[in-house]
Amino acid sequence: MTTSFDHLLPVAIVLSSLLPGLAIFLVAEDNRRLRTLLNLTGAIVKLLLVGVLVWGVYHDHAYRAELPLAPGLSLILRADALSVLFVTLSTVLWLVTTIYAVGYLEHSPNRSRFFGFFSLCVTATVGVALAGNLFTFVVFYEILTLATYPLVSHRGTPDATAGARVYLAYTMVGGALLLTGAVWLQGLIGPVDFTQGGLLSDQPSALYPQFIAIFLLLLAGLGVKAALVPLHGWLPRSMVAPAPVSALLHAVAVVKAGAFGIVRLVYDIYGVEFAHSLGLLTILGALASITIIYGSMMALSQDGLKKRLAYSTVSQVSYIALGASILGPVATIGGMVHLVHQGIMKITLFLCAGNYAETLGVHKVSEMNGIGRRMPWTTLAFSVGALGMIGIPPIAGFISKWYLGMGAIEAGMPWVLLVLAVSTLLNAGYFLPILFRAWFREPPADWPHEEIPRRRLETHATLLWPPLITAALCLIAGLLAAAPFSPLEWTELIARREYHG
Amino acid sequence: MTETLALALVLPLGGALLTVVLPGQAARLGLLAVALNTLNTALLTLGVWQQGALHADFGGWGAPLGIGFVADGLSTAMLAMTALVTLVISINAADYFRDPARARHFWPLWLLLLTSLNGLFLSADLFNLYVNLELLGLTAAALGALGGQRAALEANLRYLLVGLLGSMTYLLGVALVYSGFATLDFALLTERLTAGLAEGQMPSPIAATALGLMVLGLALKAALFPLHFWLPPAHGSAPAPVSAALSALVVKAAFYLILRLWLLVFAPVTTQGAANLLGLLGAGAVLWGSWQALRAERLKLLAAYSTVAQLGYLFVFFPIMQALPAGDARDNLLVALALMAITHGFAKSGFFLAAGFMQKQAGHDRIADLGATMQRLPATTLTLALAGMALIGLPPSGNFTAKWLLLGGAFATGQWWWVLVLFAGTLLAVAYVFRLLTQAFGLEPTPRRFFTQAGAEVPALLLAVMAVGVLGLTTAPLWRLLGVTGGAS
Repeated sequence: MTTSFDHLLPVAIVLSSLLPGLAIFLVAEDNRRLRTLLNLTGAIVKLLLVGVLVWGVYHDHAYRAELPLAPGLSLILRADALSVLFVTLSTVLWLVTTIYAVGYLEHSPNRSRFFGFFSLCVTATVGVALAGNLFTFVVFYEILTLATYPLVSHRGTPDATAGARVYLAYTMVGGALLLTGAVWLQGLIGPVDFTQGGLLSDQPSALYPQFIAIFLLLLAGLGVKAALVPLHGWLPRSMVAPAPVSALLHAVAVVKAGAFGIVRLVYDIYGVEFAHSLGLLTILGALASITIIYGSMMALSQDGLKKRLAYSTVSQVSYIALGASILGPVATIGGMVHLVHQGIMKITLFLCAGNYAETLGVHKVSEMNGIGRRMPWTTLAFSVGALGMIGIPPIAGFISKWYLGMGAIEAGMPWVLLVLAVSTLLNAGYFLPILFRAWFREPPADWPHEEIPRRRLETHATLLWPPLITAALCLIAGLLAAAPFSPLEWTELIARREYHG
Repeated sequence: MTETLALALVLPLGGALLTVVLPGQAARLGLLAVALNTLNTALLTLGVWQQGALHADFGGWGAPLGIGFVADGLSTAMLAMTALVTLVISINAADYFRDPARARHFWPLWLLLLTSLNGLFLSADLFNLYVNLELLGLTAAALGALGGQRAALEANLRYLLVGLLGSMTYLLGVALVYSGFATLDFALLTERLTAGLAEGQMPSPIAATALGLMVLGLALKAALFPLHFWLPPAHGSAPAPVSAALSALVVKAAFYLILRLWLLVFAPVTTQGAANLLGLLGAGAVLWGSWQALRAERLKLLAAYSTVAQLGYLFVFFPIMQALPAGDARDNLLVALALMAITHGFAKSGFFLAAGFMQKQAGHDRIADLGATMQRLPATTLTLALAGMALIGLPPSGNFTAKWLLLGGAFATGQWWWVLVLFAGTLLAVAYVFRLLTQAFGLEPTPRRFFTQAGAEVPALLLAVMAVGVLGLTTAPLWRLLGVTGGAS
C-alpha cells in the first residue's frame, strides 16, 4: 500500500538540498548568518527525512515517485536498500562537511556561489542514489558533473581553472559514453528500471554480443567518475579545489556516484550471475585490481599530502568495484560496505589535511614532522583514518577487507587475496611514514604559514569537530559492525535481497 | 475557437498599423499588442488541446482558391513558443530601444515580424506561405539593420538578397505545383499526389522537382549548411533583442516549412536518399557550426554559429524519421523534433539577450576579455550557463530528452553513424560553452548581489529557465498537444 506521503518522501529528500541551494545563490555575500542558517536547515531537514526513509525501507515500505517525460522515458525516484546506503552516507557527510566548510571558507570570496553549488552537488548525489531507472540515473549523473565543475575551479587560479578543465573533459566524455550505452540498451529492451537480480537474463541470446558492448560503454562512462585506471587522470588534478570540496569529491559525491553506478550496473541491470556468465565480471575484476595496485604505487611517491590522498582514493574506491566483480554474497557485502567505510575514512583524512593546511600552512608530507604535538586531536583523527585505510582492526576498513577476502575464497578466486595483501602493504607503505613523522619526529621551529596564534583549541572549533566526529564514526562502524542499522548489517540486508529475491 | 486564428493575424497587424499612426506611444502600444497576442495564442492552444486541429477559411472562399488556415498540434506548439519568446523579448526591447527615435522604427517592424511568423505557422496554402515568407524576410532584414553600423547594414543587405533568392526559388516550386496539380491547398495537394500514386503512376516528377526547389529555397532561409554563410554576420551584428528573435524564431520558421512540406504535404514523393542528403547537410552543420563557434572570438558570433549547429540537429531527424514506418516510433520522433526546436528557441533567445546585456556592460563582446564582467554579473552569467546547458543538450533541458529520443531512433533504424555525429557535436558544444563559462571563475572580487539590473536580466533568465527546468521536466503535455497517442499521460 502506498500513500501520497510515499510519493512525496523521495521528492522531498531531493528538494531539501535543492531549494536551500537555489536560495543561497541569492544571499548577499556578507550575510553570513542567513547563508549558514539555510545551509544547516537544509542539511538537518534532509537528515530527518532520511531517517524516516531508512526506517521505512527496513520495513519493506515502497517509496516511489514518477514523472513521465516522454513515451518510455520517466524520471523515477525510488528507494531500495542500496539507495538508502548511499543516501544516508551523503546526507550525514553533507552535514559534517557543511559545518567544516563554514569554518574553512570564513574569509574567502564567493561564498554564496560556493555553498549554492555545494548544495546542488548534494542534490545530484542524492538523485543518483534514489534514481529508479537508468534514465534518471543518467540525468542526475550529468547534473552532478555540472554542479561540481564550479567547485573545482572555485579558487580561480590558473591551476584551478586548468584542473577544472581536465575534470570537465574526462567527465563529459564519460557522460556521453554513458548516454550512448543507456540509449542503446533501452532501444533493445525498453525502459531499464533497476531491478533486484537484473533484467537481462531472460533476453534472447542473439542480443548477448550487444549486451557485452553496452556493458563496456556503460562501464567506461561510470569508470571515469569512479577513477578506474586508465580513466582516473582527472582526479589528482582536481586536488586544486578547497579541502571541503576534495572531501566531497572523494568521499561522498563524485567517485562514489561512479562506484555506486557500477554496483547498480552489475546487480540491478545485468544481474551478477548473468554478468558473470557473459565473462564481464572478469574484465571488471581485472580493471579494479589493476587500479588498486596502480593507485597505491602512485601514492607512495607523492610528497603533496592531498595528492597522496588522491591516489589513495583511486586505489580504495576500486575495492567497491572489486567486490561487485566477485560472484557471491560475502564479497558483495565487502564491496558495498566499503562504499560507506571508505567514505567516512577518506573524509576524515581530507578534513585533517585541510586543518593542517589552514592552520599551519602544511601541504606536504615532508613538512609534517612533529605535527602531532602541535595538533594532537587532528592528528589522532588522521591516524584513525589512515590505520583504517590500511585495514587495522577494529577500524571500519578492516571489515571491508575481511569480507572481500572471505568472499574471494568462497568464490574460488584466491588471487584476489594477493591483490588485497599487496594493496595492504602499499597502504602501510604510504600511510605509516606519515604517522611516524607526525608523532615521533621533532617539530620544526616554525611552521610554513602559521596563521592563527596558539589558543585553547589547536584550531577553530568548526574545523576540529567534523574530523573528530567522522573519525569516531570510523571506529563505531568497525566496533559495532554487528549492531542493527550499522553499515555492515545494512549491506547484509541488501545482499540477502539481491541473492534470494 | 476559429476566431483565435483570425486574431493571430489581426492583433499584431493592427498593432503595427497603430504604432505607425501614433509613433509617440509606439512602445506602449507594441507591448500591448504583443501581450494580447500571447493571450490569444494561449486561447488558441487551449482550443487545439481540447478539440484537436482548428480550421478556418477567410473571405468565404474554400479550397482550392481560398486562403486556408489550419492550427494543428505542430503549428500550435510553434505559435505558443513564438508568443512567449516575443513577449519576453518585447519586455527587454522596451528597455533596449528606450530612445524614442529608435523605438519608432523598431515597433512597427517588430509587430509585422510577429504577424508574418503567425501567418507562416497557420497557413495551409503554398501561396499564402509565400506572401508571409516575403514579409518575414523583409522585416527581419530591416530589424537586423536597425543598429545602423556599416557592418550591420552590409550583413543585412546580404541577408535581404539571400532571402529574396530563397523566396524566388520557393516561388518557382509553387508555380510548378500549380501547373501540375491545379491547387495550392495542402490537404487537396496531398490528396491528388496520393491519388496519382494509387493509380499506379510513378511519383510525379513535377512534384519531386517542385519539392526540391521549395526545400532549396527554404534551406537557404533556414541557413542549412553550406547555405549558412549569411547567418553569422547578420545575427552577430543585429541589436540584441533582434538577434534573439532572428536566431530563435525566424530561421526556425523556414525550417518548420521544410518539415511541414516534407512530412505532411509531399510525403508520397519523399525518398530515403533525399532524406539522407538533408541529414548529411545537417551533420555538416553540426560539425562545422560547432567548430566555428569554438573558434569564434566574439560572444555574439559564437551564439550565431551555435544556431547553425543547432539547426543541423533538426535536419538529422529527417533520415531517421524517413526510415521508420508510420506509427508510434515515428510520431514520438516528430514530437522530439518539435521539442528540440522549441527548446532551442527559448535557449538561444535567452543566450542572445544575456550576451547583449553583457556586451553593453563590458563595452565589447570579446570572449577572452569578458572574465571580469561575467563575474560582476552573476545572474547574466547564470543565464548564459543555463542556456548553454540546453544548447549542449545536458539534463534537465528539453534538448536532453529530444537528443535521447533522436539517439534511440538512430539505433532503432540501424543508422549508427548519426550517433557519432551527435557524440562529436555534443562534445564540441561542451567545449565552446565552457570556453566561455571558464572566464567566470577568475580571481575577480566577489559580486555583491545576484541581480545587478533586474529589468534587463530577469527576462533573459526566464527564457533560459524555460529551456532548462521547465521544458526539461514537463514535456509530457507536448505529446498530447501534438496528438500522439500512446505517449506519456
